[in-house]
Amino acid sequence: MSDGNQGGKLKVVGQRPIRPDGVDKVTGRAQFGADFHLPGMLAGRIKRSPHAHARIVKIDASAAASLPGVKAIVTSVDFDRGASGEVEAGEGHTAIREVAENCLASGKVLYVGHAVAAVAATHPEIAAEAIDLIEVTYEALPHVIDVEEAMAPGAPLLHADLFTKGVNPKPDKPSNIALKSVMGRGDVPGAFKSADVIVEGRYTTAAVHQGYIEPHACVASWGADGQSTVWCSSQGQFLVRALVAKILGMPLSDLKVIPAEIGGGFGGKTTVYLEPVALALSRKCGRPVKLVMSREEVFLASGPTSGSVMDVKIAATKDGKITGAEMMLAYQAGAFPGSPVHLGCMTAFACYDVENLALVGYDVVSNRPKVAAYRAPGAPMAAFAVESAIDELARKLGMDPIDLRLKNAVRDGAKTVYGATVKSAAFVETLEMVKASAHYKTPLAKGQARGVAAGFWFNIGGESSAAVHVDEDGGVTVVSSNPDIGGSRASMAMMAAETLGLPIERVRCIIGDTASIGYSGSTGGSRVTFATGMAVVQAAEKVVADLKRRAAETWGCDLAMVEWADGVAKCADPSKDAKPLSMKAIASRSAKTGGPIAAEVSINAQGAAAGYGVHLCDLEIDPETGRSTVIRYTAAQDVGRAIHPAYVEGQLQGGAAQGIGWALNEEYVYGKSGQLENASFLDYRMPVASDLPMIDTILVEARPNPRHPYGAKGVGEVPIVPPLAAVANAVSHIVGERMTSLPLSPAKVLAAMAKR
Amino acid sequence: MSRTVVKATVNGEPVEFLGGGGQSLLDALRDELRLTGSKEGCGTGDCGACSVIVDGRLVCACLMLAPEAEGKRIETIEGLADGSNLHPLQHQFLEHAALQCGFCTPGLLMASKALLDRNPDPTETEVRYWLAGNMCRCTGYDKIVRAVMDAAADLRQEKPR
Repeated sequence: MSDGNQGGKLKVVGQRPIRPDGVDKVTGRAQFGADFHLPGMLAGRIKRSPHAHARIVKIDASAAASLPGVKAIVTSVDFDRGASGEVEAGEGHTAIREVAENCLASGKVLYVGHAVAAVAATHPEIAAEAIDLIEVTYEALPHVIDVEEAMAPGAPLLHADLFTKGVNPKPDKPSNIALKSVMGRGDVPGAFKSADVIVEGRYTTAAVHQGYIEPHACVASWGADGQSTVWCSSQGQFLVRALVAKILGMPLSDLKVIPAEIGGGFGGKTTVYLEPVALALSRKCGRPVKLVMSREEVFLASGPTSGSVMDVKIAATKDGKITGAEMMLAYQAGAFPGSPVHLGCMTAFACYDVENLALVGYDVVSNRPKVAAYRAPGAPMAAFAVESAIDELARKLGMDPIDLRLKNAVRDGAKTVYGATVKSAAFVETLEMVKASAHYKTPLAKGQARGVAAGFWFNIGGESSAAVHVDEDGGVTVVSSNPDIGGSRASMAMMAAETLGLPIERVRCIIGDTASIGYSGSTGGSRVTFATGMAVVQAAEKVVADLKRRAAETWGCDLAMVEWADGVAKCADPSKDAKPLSMKAIASRSAKTGGPIAAEVSINAQGAAAGYGVHLCDLEIDPETGRSTVIRYTAAQDVGRAIHPAYVEGQLQGGAAQGIGWALNEEYVYGKSGQLENASFLDYRMPVASDLPMIDTILVEARPNPRHPYGAKGVGEVPIVPPLAAVANAVSHIVGERMTSLPLSPAKVLAAMAKR
Repeated sequence: MSRTVVKATVNGEPVEFLGGGGQSLLDALRDELRLTGSKEGCGTGDCGACSVIVDGRLVCACLMLAPEAEGKRIETIEGLADGSNLHPLQHQFLEHAALQCGFCTPGLLMASKALLDRNPDPTETEVRYWLAGNMCRCTGYDKIVRAVMDAAADLRQEKPR
């Protein structure tokens, strides 16, 4: 097994070949979730709650059922009411009962847009008409949107059976606080007592949506023998299979889930909204059913991630050593428990070696859509608070913000607050490269300011499968088990080509459905290139071993004398007159040496290495409008080794852009009645091309991951962690006061500037 | 749902389809003609994933009613390549890795083509403002803008003016 440090010898890894699915995606041939069409297919539509919180008294679908063209109507009674248990979902566990309740409400609706019924009809317009004919009688209940109001005594309760976990003794009254998460170490009061400098502040962020451009979409087809198929856009075909089968009470083997191309996910497609509903409709009428969300439905009833309220307090010596910190984090969970607040607690100070720490997190339900994972779930908000506070500390101490971070940066061997030991970390090197960058050395023009911020993400490994098939002509097909959300077919094919010694053009990569490749966890947690890539490499290594065995048999030589290099077997035994055997030569006569050449590997990949990012943001503000414009941006990251550097750069650039949107513009805006007031791309303002400059990247490859055959670390999530504070720190410097509440919309910035 | 026969030219070929009711040109392309390369990201003209060129003008197909296509010349992503020869924009998007998920890509390519059809030598700022109606959530636009600039240079070399 290679050691992850074979940099000089690599021929394919580190190059920038065109991705295997590239032509399909630039010609419109690639099939995304809504692009499937089956004979006899019906159009589905979902009836949604107009109330933020209400009891469902009665659902009368009789008028809808008698409309010509309506073939099936379902409500929550069509789900398996006994469904329970949890399913592993990327970066956390998902309670099946709550997923089912979120797909179709039974007793109560918990947010505007909560699904209550669904229709399948012969035409989308008939389905829309039928939805209007379904009469739902509600008894409206008081609602609560704001996280602090939801925590207050006397707040309207969403769940009568929700008692705060993590509190001793167990509370005797239900609450909207689902979880109190506590972690820490050392003597925090002592650290504050002996501190030379203390900074503290309250920071808030708004709920934001993942904003994938492709709305959720699926086609479901129930077979008369119970064997069913779902085509859908998701981050994990196996996760969809588990959730749908359990919600509908069917064996997993009766359901095949075929992954479509996925038009963005960012964590938001690691659950189901439509698939169980579509299959329940299909089960009722025996015809395939397509369900596609509108953009408004995407905003109302999928995603987003938590808005947050955080209090942070940091103690330091006068030479800049952080000696202690305490932090309170309260995150919105939406209608059901499950905000990423525990991940916020774990990551908040993960960049720094701080002896004394006390963190407490609250997972709080309110009448908003249930949150879904969003790129480094929970970390960007926590980093916004901590990196703002550290910027404040640098100002107070008169220290360079990178020097201050270098002084406190984690190095290998440091212990994190959640118990892990830091390994293969290149945070120090990343800070040093940013400090040495042309960007950091460029003086600012008048009216401009520069923000610096860092960020951390764990990255995960886990269960993955992959197969390598050698074709009769010596080419290779790789079967990956993970939907390709950002170019992973390219990295899978490259790692296989590298291991087999083939040119990249001879390797193709496809994504298997649930029936044609072994199980894999979802495309999430920045795990695919690491974990599924490891499975690909191991399968390719098995193939190489098999090819060598066949060559030895052919030559009648000792296996130990066979060498495999550049896709060719050579015999090192001088006593044999053995001509080198190419992949093609061995493959073309495979029947004579034992049959088809293929290997499938299923693993639980261990040894994922955490990643660290450091971002620089230069910004100016229009004093008349308060609008911030980012004029220069650099994202640097500890990436282990970049398998396909262009797609790694793309992750850094895309993460930075999302973070800039989070910092400056994006937010869920609610009215008094609990209505979401900006459920469209016009009013929920994501960055467009004219909002951004080029985004420079620095790929730090100082510490390849020794636990991965080619040194890969996860790269997709880290880049959304630093930008919130990088932007806010720059804005704060121009405004002249600490800006603590995201988004930094023009109105908010203008008001702060007017005060001064 | 009264529907009428609509005759138009799509990617140089005459087509006929039934259009009507509230059906958009995008629905007609996708559901009647099965040209699913144009995508629906919003249905309100904000994201540009459905960008097509109608009689030389860039439009959001989701904002145009299907019967309005009568007699019009429509270009979609399916017609951008010349047979199996990719358009320079397609080629440069691949070279630059200017796509991640690829969902916004058809719309961005058609919007970029409409730009280069009228302005063969755009500045970076002109590219950014022209493409401001096409959202991409994956790339941060950096590689897209570079790909469009390089494709413009390729086209200028092909057709010296």
